[in-house]
Parts: sequence; structure tokens; C-alpha cells
Amino acid sequence: MLTLLWTDIAIFGLVIGAVVAVWRSSKKEHLRRPWAKIFNNRMGVVSLTIVLFFLLVGVLDSVRLQHYEKLPDGDYSEHAKALSVLDIILTPIRLQVEKTYSEPFAHTAYAKEMNVDEAGVTQWLYPRLLYGGAHLNNPKSDKQADILLKIGKGLAHGLLAWLGFIFLLRLTKRNLFKTKLKGVNSGLLTLLVIFCVVGMIASLGSFYHILGTDKVGEDVLYQAIKSIRTGLVIGGLTTIVMLPIAIGLGLMAGFFRGWVDDVIQYLYTTLSSIPGVLLIAAAILMAQVYMANNPALFTTLEDRADMRLLLLCFILGITSWTGLCRLLRAETLKIREMDYVVAACALGVGRFQLLKRHVLPNVMHLVMITIVLDFSGLVLAEAVLSYINIGVDPSTYSWGNMINTSRLEMAREPIVWWSLTAAFVFMFTLVLAANLFADAVRDAFDPRYIE
Amino acid sequence: MAACTDRALNNPYVEGEGEEKVIYSSFSERPKHLDPAKAYSSNEYAIIAQIYEPLFQYHYLKRPYQLEPLLAAAMPTVSYFDKHNNPLPNTAPDVDIAYSEYLLSIKAGTKFQPHPSFNIKRHDDLPSDWDAVSIYDLPLGTRELIADDFIYQIKRLADPATQSPIAGLMANYIIGFNDFSKKQTALKRQFPTLRKAQRLQSEKMFGVKKIDDHHFSIRVKGKYPQFINWLAMPFFAPMPWEADEFYSNPLLASKNISLDWYPVGTGPYFLAENNPNRRMVLLKNQNFHDEYYPIEGDQAASAQGLLKDAGKKLPLTDKVIFSLEKESIPYWNKFLQGYYDASGISSDSFDQAVSFSADGDIGLTTNMIERGIGLQTAVTTSSYYFGFNMLNEVVGGYSDKAKKLRQAISIVMDYEEYISIFQNGRGVPAQGIIPPGIFGYIEGELGINPVVYTWDEGLVRRPIGQAKRLLAEAGYQKGIDPATGKPLVLYFDTMDSGPDSKSRLNWLRKQFNKINIQLVIRGTDYNRFQEKMRSGSAQMFMWGWNADYPDPENFLFLLYGKNAKSIYGGENAANYQNVQFDALFEQMSTMANTPERQLIISKMVAIAQQDAPWLWGFHPKAFSLHHGWYKNAYPNLMANNKTKYINIDPKLRQIYQNKWNKPTYWPLLLAMLIAACLLLPAYIIYRRIERATAL
Amino acid sequence: MINYIIRRLFYVVPVLLGVNILTFVLFFVVNTPDDMARMQLGDKHVTQEAVDNWKQQRGYHLPLLWNEQEEGLQKASNTIFFKKSVGLFVFDLGISDNGRDIVADITQRMWPSLAIAIPSLIFGVLANITFALLLIFYRSSVLEFAGLFLCITLMSISGLFYIIAGQYFIGKLLALTPISGYAPGIDAFKFILLPVFIGVVGGLGSGARWYRTLFLEEAAKDYVRTAKAKGLSDLQVLFRHVLKNTMIPILTGIVVILPLLFMGSLITESFFGIPGLGSYTIDAISSQDFAIVRSMVFLGSFLYIIGLLMTDISYTLVDPRVRLD
Repeated sequence: MLTLLWTDIAIFGLVIGAVVAVWRSSKKEHLRRPWAKIFNNRMGVVSLTIVLFFLLVGVLDSVRLQHYEKLPDGDYSEHAKALSVLDIILTPIRLQVEKTYSEPFAHTAYAKEMNVDEAGVTQWLYPRLLYGGAHLNNPKSDKQADILLKIGKGLAHGLLAWLGFIFLLRLTKRNLFKTKLKGVNSGLLTLLVIFCVVGMIASLGSFYHILGTDKVGEDVLYQAIKSIRTGLVIGGLTTIVMLPIAIGLGLMAGFFRGWVDDVIQYLYTTLSSIPGVLLIAAAILMAQVYMANNPALFTTLEDRADMRLLLLCFILGITSWTGLCRLLRAETLKIREMDYVVAACALGVGRFQLLKRHVLPNVMHLVMITIVLDFSGLVLAEAVLSYINIGVDPSTYSWGNMINTSRLEMAREPIVWWSLTAAFVFMFTLVLAANLFADAVRDAFDPRYIE
Repeated sequence: MAACTDRALNNPYVEGEGEEKVIYSSFSERPKHLDPAKAYSSNEYAIIAQIYEPLFQYHYLKRPYQLEPLLAAAMPTVSYFDKHNNPLPNTAPDVDIAYSEYLLSIKAGTKFQPHPSFNIKRHDDLPSDWDAVSIYDLPLGTRELIADDFIYQIKRLADPATQSPIAGLMANYIIGFNDFSKKQTALKRQFPTLRKAQRLQSEKMFGVKKIDDHHFSIRVKGKYPQFINWLAMPFFAPMPWEADEFYSNPLLASKNISLDWYPVGTGPYFLAENNPNRRMVLLKNQNFHDEYYPIEGDQAASAQGLLKDAGKKLPLTDKVIFSLEKESIPYWNKFLQGYYDASGISSDSFDQAVSFSADGDIGLTTNMIERGIGLQTAVTTSSYYFGFNMLNEVVGGYSDKAKKLRQAISIVMDYEEYISIFQNGRGVPAQGIIPPGIFGYIEGELGINPVVYTWDEGLVRRPIGQAKRLLAEAGYQKGIDPATGKPLVLYFDTMDSGPDSKSRLNWLRKQFNKINIQLVIRGTDYNRFQEKMRSGSAQMFMWGWNADYPDPENFLFLLYGKNAKSIYGGENAANYQNVQFDALFEQMSTMANTPERQLIISKMVAIAQQDAPWLWGFHPKAFSLHHGWYKNAYPNLMANNKTKYINIDPKLRQIYQNKWNKPTYWPLLLAMLIAACLLLPAYIIYRRIERATAL
Repeated sequence: MINYIIRRLFYVVPVLLGVNILTFVLFFVVNTPDDMARMQLGDKHVTQEAVDNWKQQRGYHLPLLWNEQEEGLQKASNTIFFKKSVGLFVFDLGISDNGRDIVADITQRMWPSLAIAIPSLIFGVLANITFALLLIFYRSSVLEFAGLFLCITLMSISGLFYIIAGQYFIGKLLALTPISGYAPGIDAFKFILLPVFIGVVGGLGSGARWYRTLFLEEAAKDYVRTAKAKGLSDLQVLFRHVLKNTMIPILTGIVVILPLLFMGSLITESFFGIPGLGSYTIDAISSQDFAIVRSMVFLGSFLYIIGLLMTDISYTLVDPRVRLD
């Protein structure tokens, strides 16, 4: 049984749209060439593989099944709970909840506690964790060897799985290995790394908290993985909302000028001169009022959080198109005066044809770089919004929420560094991959870079 | 630049106040009001209680809390009257008493702080060469305090234009209060140009009478022994009419100089600088009346050496600087550098500051002890509770079923864990509504809440199994709601959305999950939350209460039926109504602290424990740290005017500050060196390219 | 040119009107006058009477947009919207809902904000351009990749982290600058060092990357190739042509934010205890002080439009091909 949230639908829409776009462009020769160029670029393929892997995790996290969960007393719940496939895969990490903070790979809690041992002696010491390293009898001496052994096992499994994958690939797609594209090997090597990392997480995950636990003892790795979906939704959905408005209006304003320009300028001046914070706060509060008035529509926490996330994306999209629009307008103004445009105009090329053929390709680099900057900017902006309580729902897993919480953890002594680090590493990987991929795409598509 | 040699580079203060007795404190947000008729929150009191003085104050060093005269010459005499205004003996039964009259006397010779408002001729024309920066540049004056100033302030409380938060409450007690405010509304409509001071003085309040310059009386309805506690709050501090008159000058108003901004009081300090975006500075009031450091205190106080300054004239310091510090992290770091004198301990810096000894005693970490830092702890007179809306269909009501559901939840909600995770153990799980330190609280086995705990050489929470049984008896077998066939869904309403809230809400969900109840969190904003509480549409909520005065009435009234929030607009947020409880409350509220009163209170607490309209939550413990040079700190949760007792050793502070803040330059040099090293290959490549292109 | 400017100035009025209406609607969709009153009056012991009294005194007892009980024009004018908006257009910002003069507050708080914002902008742009030029210069070398990697690393770090780490290392461990605080006049120097430094470092990642794109764009043009073919050195081309021609998008970015600088930065100011305007609007939103919210939004949009106008004018100055008509 499948259950869908609104953002799930949006994600699937996005993915299906992307697949259709790729399929259609593969039919057209002039669009296939740049793609071939991307596959010829090592960096491009590596980053694409990573982005796709993140996307896969996000999609897995959006497929929700009715799942019968084990109750604490051993019975199975009579009532099914909607869990994503990712949740089910990560079940051991998800359910191994400690009491409070613990360091990565720790077997004891992070702070000392009053403890009464079997002999009835009260002691002030670091208590053992419920799950982390609980299988060890003598953690101090055995832990290191155990961890290394498990890492080795994980690597071996990863390697085996990768070899299997290659074998399958050879069987089905023979011609792939015959091409001379430089990127194929890099892509496969990246896959090997991903397989190994997944293998290690799988073999270590149910015995240790690889990235430690947070204030209420939840596994930080689990949180960071779950945040991938939120990051993708915020970055992706917002861009999708903002892009058509920004490009359409920006080009029109710069190209047609006159009253069209006036109206569009009026629109974006008005919108962008209202502080984004006010718009976002108002939207979030309106959503809360709506939810308070229609409690029947939002019976579960997920529904409420999801609605808020969706609304946040829309409102961020509405507030962020103005910057790109202004930029495109200015650039179009410039391009309009160029000789080839004037010439095309004189030859009687239709206006929309002119926009599509001559203006749009020449501003694409601006669009591309804005998308990537915005994508990472949005993921970061979310942390700032959480700071003033108008970000995603506090119950939603997101890197912004993690960073925001870690603001207080940074002041602890000894410092609690793992939440921030985890959020940073994940975010960094995604942002870096997206950036490099965008560079590759730009190099491939920009007509002026063809040598 | 010469100053840099003896002062640390990172000193956040500009003036060199090395030798002066200055207290460095902070505030995290601008106090909304400094007008004693409006101020009602602790951050406002932190400032105005040092400036305004009421008639009475709580003794600094004695426990249980005890009132003593401050501006008053003596404690008041109370006389009772019946309906026909005939005097009654003090032993008269409560029902006969229609009015009580408080006869109050004032210390002679008390003067107001120097202030331009006492220069009458400055009320209309301000000197043309005045730059409107500080009102203390104007010619100052003073005047002796008289009974009219107290009466004037009570009139200000009643004036609808003031919008005092306690106006509604006082209208129920002080005779003539309501009539007076109605008359003022009428007057204001009739003569819109009439100035405030004249308007207020033109009418009399029936229940408040001036006898002579140093005596006046207040008449209240019925018997209301807690009234004297109100008289010890800044609401009833004297206010000279000249102040209102002075600040009505339109020039001052346009410069944002008002009574809400520059107070006029009789207290130990006056507000010399008020820039709430940066800092507020209190200076010693030269006109302060003779008040001396207490010469006696309870045992704990004298053991801590708090009587060293006994008999010295107050205040002991010359200046208090409150700096704006919005975030806790910079505050804590600056405290450790010695730039703030005292600090609370946030849950995040707890492990750094506090450690427990092997037998569980609280102490400071060695790092703190080496720095000469001292620790004060006290259980606060406040409650943080988890309430059920008794009007709700699922969790509310007084049927056996609903009661058992609430009791089951009471058991699963592990407040000991809550305190240990979110409060670092700084709290006491509450057994009933009354916190320790308030009359009516019972310690130990006799005081436990039998619904949730058993006693076995200490508190033992009842096992989850019992909660499950109660839940089954309430009709939710294994937590399944028979109406839907799915797990019971309960709703928690909150406006909590800070960075810590996520973990707190997760924790809450975990608690309900123990008995397979699904908790849905309905997060909302302040307005909507308040509105839900007012309309009674919330289901469960967390709330807190901080004592106004140390009397059990101030807590038990939170469950009094006639205070039900969504019915009568009172403070009973759970809308709890129990006839038996209400009857006992009415009986208890006017009693003195006698064993009979204790008996009634115990009965009331037991009724409420069985009905479980609240999970009683916990009473937080306040921990505070102070540096070695900051003397005479003593936790007193009722007194707000503690600053005057504090003493500072500026020399010691200087020594420590210099020791802790030696600048380290080498990383800076190292960074430059690394940068240079990085630039070198860049330069070499550049040369190579240059040469290549040259070829 | 003059015509254009005059036309644009007239154009300010409808924008401000739109902004004003939008702010009004957004604010009152979420808050009612009753909510505002309760917020100002506090939690304990508030009666409906006190709420009504508060509204009466502040003029929030009127209907929001349309007064049915009045006659003729009064139907529109005797409303909260009309009464609260008219003053704005002559820059009479009035009194905030907690009784303070808004203009006095703003003039007091804008200087500290500027003290942080102006040096951050100047040093930020300089650092960004330098870094971006270096990246271009070392195009397709290991250094460029390392630099880009650094850029993205800097971009992926949350602003909060820069502040906390900066305070910890420079203020606490090295004891070189005060952790937080502010003083007016020349004393401000030691307080603004750290926030400006953090502002520059925090903005370096995305800024340098953005400028790099612009430079690359320019460096790929034919005339650059021609110039190189003519024998100009890379450095000369970079500075003489590329930098100069990239000024248009750089100016678009900078000029438009100039007037808004005095609005300050929320997070920097709250962490460093700087008494600026950064938190003025946010605080007003959270304390539901409509008078301040509308004044700040109004002022902000006015300055923004001025910024846009300045951008357009600067286009013509830098690039004679652009005509304003």
C-alpha cells in the first residue's frame, strides 16, 4: 500500500520530468552532442553520479509503504504506520535510540551520570550505551579491532556488490564498455566508492552510532540521511517554481520594453522590496491558521510538516525569482543591442523565435550559475530561517535544523561537534557535486565554449 | 592608545572603570516598560526594582520569606468592617467581613532621586540650549516623599490610559477603583486636552484616603491577606505627579523621552543612561534614604559569610552597567573572560561548569574552582506543568474513564528523564501544585503523588505496566481507540519552536509511544496558541507559573473553578472545576499559615492528584555562577531589589581579567606566514606563464 | 535621461502603494488587532476591557479596510488602513504601537548598522574580485581547482558557524578582539573588526564564484582573444579589458544594495550585540508592532527603488551603448 504526501508527488513529478527530458533530448542530435561532452568530462560524470545517488536516496525516502512495526514489548502493532522505503532500510539505525548525546563510535554516553551498580554502589560515571558498542564485553580493548573488522567486511561487501553490478551491466549493456567516453571509468569508480561507503554503513550501522547521537539520543547519521530529501525538495522545488517565472518575465521585460517592461518591473520591485522574512513569516503563519481550522485534513505529524515544507518552497520560489529576473532583464537589454540580434530582427525573424534562438542561449550561463548558487544558498538559508522560527517544521529532518541546533552544542564543553559536522559533510558533498556538475553542463551547452 | 597597555585588547567596555565599584550585568531584550504601573516581567523588574521602591520588601537573608518595611515606617495595621461599615474585631469570621482597611505609614525624610521634573518651571519651557540627549543635563531638583505619591500611583494603576496589567485584578479588590477608572474615561472624553496629572488629581478614589503627609489608608473588599504582598511589588511604588507633568512636554515625547524610559524613583540607583539597543546604566542615587545591610540572616546565610557587610549603608556599589547580549554563547564566553560578574548556567554549558561528586553532591568543576567562581543553587518557586484541557472530550471530563487515561499518561511521562536530559538534573519532579519553599509543601514520603509514585527510600515511579492497565481500564486496550480501531491519537498544542524544541517534542512523542498512543504536535504561533487556550480548544499543553508572592493561594488559584480560562478568562488554563476543591479553596485563601490551613491544602492537593488535570511537571532549580569579586550573592526568589546588597572587589577583578585575557599573537603571524607560503608558488607559476608568453 | 529619471520617480508612487497594501494584507491576515493588543499587554491578568481600551487608544478599533457605518468617502477613510497609511507618504512614520517615535529610533540605530555594513561591503567586494581574478588567472590548473574547492567549502558553511567559530578563536582563545559589544564613535573600531572580518570571509565563497563566472564570460569573448593575439600579456588583458567590461553586472549587484545597507544584518547584530537596525523589523514582526513593520517595509522599498534608479544611471555611465529613454 502506497501513501503519498504532497512533496512526494512533487518529487516524482520532478524525476519523471527529468527522465522524459533526457529521453527526448537523446532523440535529437544537436542535444545529444553536449551530453556526450558531459560524459567525456571526468568531473562531470563523477559529480553526476553523486547527485544521482543523492536523488536516489531522496526518491527512496519518498516512497511510503504501510508498515507493521514491532512494538517495544515484542508484539507487532495492529496498526500499520506509513514508512518510507528508506526508513525500512535504515530500521536498525532508526530504532536504536539512546538517552542522550554520545560521540561517534562511542560505547558510553557523553556525560557522566549517577549510576547504581549491581552491588548497590552509587557511582558518578559514563554509563554504557543501550545499543552503541553494546555487543562488546570489553569495549576498551576490543573496540578498535572490532571496528576495523567491520569496516573490512563492509568494504568487501561493497566491492562484491560492485563487481556484481558490473557483471550485470556487461550482460545487458555491452556497447557501454566499447565507447571511448572518458567518463565511464570515472563513473564506475565513483560507484565503487559509493558501494563501499554503503557497505561500511550497513556493517557498522547496527552496532555503533557512526556519527554519534543527538540530545535525545537519535542517531545523527540517520538524521543526516533523512535530511537529504528535505534539502532536495527545498532546493529543487523552489528552483522549479522560480525558474519559469524569472526567465519568462526577465526576457520579456528586457526584450519588449515599453509597458510590458513597466508592468514586470512594477511586479518585481514591489515584491522584492518587501522583506522576504515578512512574506515567509506570513505564509507560514497562514499555513498554521489553515491547519488549525482544518484539523481533519492534517491528522498526522507528517501531513502537517509536509504542508509546511511545501509552502516554504512555494514562498521561497516566489521571493527568489526577482533577483534572477532583474539580472536577465539587464542582460537582455544588452543583448538586444547586439548586431546579430538587430540583424535577425531586420531579417524578419519572429519575436519569440528571436528570444528562443538568440537571446535565451546567451543568458543560459547566468541561469545555470544562479540555479546552482541558489540551490546551495537555499539549503543554507533554511538554517537561518530556522533561527527565527520560520523554517521547516521542527519535526522535519533537515540540515538547517541540525545546524541550528548545533549552535547551542558548539558552546558545550567538551564540544558536541558531530551534528554540525554530519550536516556539513552531507551538505558539502551535495553542493560540491551540484556545483561541479553545473560547471560541466555549462561548458557543454554554452555555444561559445565549443572548440 | 596608551590605555591598551594595561587593559586587555578584548575588553568590551570603553571607559576604564578599574577602581570603581561597578557591576557588569546584561539584558537580552529591551525591557518593554520601565513604568512601574505597567512592568510585570522579570527582565523589567531587574531594572526598575533598583529604582522604584514599594512600601515593603522581602528580607534578603531570611527564610521563609518575610516582609519588612521599606518605604513604610512600620508594618500596616489592618482593621475589618462589616456591611454597614461597623468595625469588627480581628477574630471575626470571614463571612462577616465586608471591608478591610490597611493603615499605612511612611518613613519621614525620604527624598526622590534628583530629577528635572521637580524643577516646576521646566515643565513648560525647556532651555533652548539643551541638546535633548540626556535629561540629567537639565537643572535637577528633588522633593520629599509624601502619602500623595502613593495615592497618585494607585490612581495611575486605575487610569485606563495607563493600561496596567493588574488594573482588572485590583478593580475586584480596592474600593472605588473601578468607579475611578470609569470617571477618568468620561473626563478624558469631555476634556481631551486636560493633562494626565491634572486629570488624575481632580478626582478622588473612594477607598484610598490620605490621613496626613505620612499616613494613608487603603480599603479593600472582604478579607484579602495577600494584599500586603501586592503592596510589596513595584506596582505600588510612589510616583510624583510632577513626573507625569514633566514628560507630557511634546518635545520630550518626540525624542522618545518618557516615564516609560526614564523612571523617577526613590531607590538606591537611578537610570542615568538608557540605550536599550546597547546598554543601560544605573548610578548610585545620592538622595537615597538611610538603609543598611541586614545584620541578621538565617543560618545558611551566615555560614556563607554573607553578614560581613552587616550594617553598612546601602547600596554597596556605585554603578551598574547592563549591556545588551542577545545570544547565550557570547554571554557565557564573556563571563568566563571576567567581563560579566554573574551568569546563569544554560543546559549547554552545564557540564563545563558543574560536576557531581561520587555521592551525588553538586559542585563546580575544577576549572571553575581555579577561576574562583562561586555557585548558588535554589529550587525556584515556580512550576512547569503539562496540562489537560478538562473541557476536551477525550482527555477532559471527570468520568472514571477520562481520569484513568490522564493517570496513565501521568505515569508514562517520565519527568525524571526530562529533568535529566533537558535540565541537566536541575529540577525537582513535582508531586502536586505547590513548589518547595511555599507554605503547604510537604517533603518526603508524606508529600508524594500516590497516583504516579510509590515510596521506597525515595521516589519510585510506578511501572509502565500499571499505566497500560489503567489505559485498558479507560477503554483503550493496548492503546487502540475502539472508535477508530487505530491507536489513540492525542494532540499537543504548542508555540514552542526554538532550536531545542525539536528534541523536546521528539521526547514527548517517545513518552506517549510507550503505551502506543500517537501524539500529534500542533505547533502554532503565539496568537493562535493564546486564542486556543482562551477558547478552550486545545487538548494538551505545557505551561508554567511563576509565583507573584510566597503564598499557596498564588498556586492553588490556578485550579480554582472560577478562574477557568475559557469560561471566566482567569488563569486556570486547564479549566479544572471541582466543587469540593473550590469550596476548600475559598476557605483556605483567607487563612493565616496555621496547621488547619496545612490540612485543607493537603486535602486540596490530594483531590487534584486524583483528578490529574495536570501532570505536575517539575519545579526548576536555579543555578547561578558568580566570580570571586562579586560578593553577597544569595538566592532570593521573591526580592527583585537585590542589587543594592551586592559588593564588588574591583582590584581582584582587574587582576583576574588581565590574567585571563592575555592576547596571543603567534597564530596571527603564523597565518600570515602560511598565506605568504601559499602565494609563493602562485608567484612562481605566474613568472613561468609570463616567460612562456614572452617567448 | 532626465525624462527617464522623472518618469521613474513618478513610478515610485504605485510601487509604494502596492507595497503598502501587500504589507497591510499580509500582516492582518495573520494578526488581528486583538492579538496585537494582547501581545502588548502581556500574559497575566488581561481582560477584554483592557484589550478594547488599548485598541481604542491606538486607533485599531476601526474596521480594517472598509467602514460600513460611515457615509460617502468616510467609508474608506475612517479605517485602519487609511489612517495608518497616509502619513507614510510624507515620511511621517509616527509612533510605534508601544509608544515610541519611529523616526528617532531609526536614526539612532542606523549608524551602528552602517558601521558594520559599509566596511563589510567594501572589503568584501575587494576580496571577492581579487580572489576571482586569481582564479581566472590560474585557469585550468591545480590552483584553480583548489580555489574553487575552497569557494564551495566556504559556501557550504552556515553563517552561524562563522560567527561562533570567529568568536571562539579570535575573541576567546586569542583574546584579540572583544567577543561582542559596541561603542559609538572612534571606539567602535575594536568592536567592528571581528564582525567585518567574519562578514568578508563568509561572503567570499559565493561572491568569488559569482565574479569568476562574470569574468569567464568576458574572457571568452573575441576581443580578448584578439587582444592576446596582439601580444598583450594576460595580466594586462585581465585588468584593462575584462575587469572593466564586467563592471555592469558587478554594479547591478552592488548599487542596488547600497541604500539597503543601513537595514543591517539580523544575525550578525544579534550575535555581536550591535545596536543596529538588523533586528528592528524582525522584533517588530514577532511583537506584532504593525506601526514599525509598515514603516520599515515602506522605507526599505523606497530605498530599494532609489537603488534601482541609481543602477540604471550607472549603466549609462559605464556602458555608453545603453540608452535610457
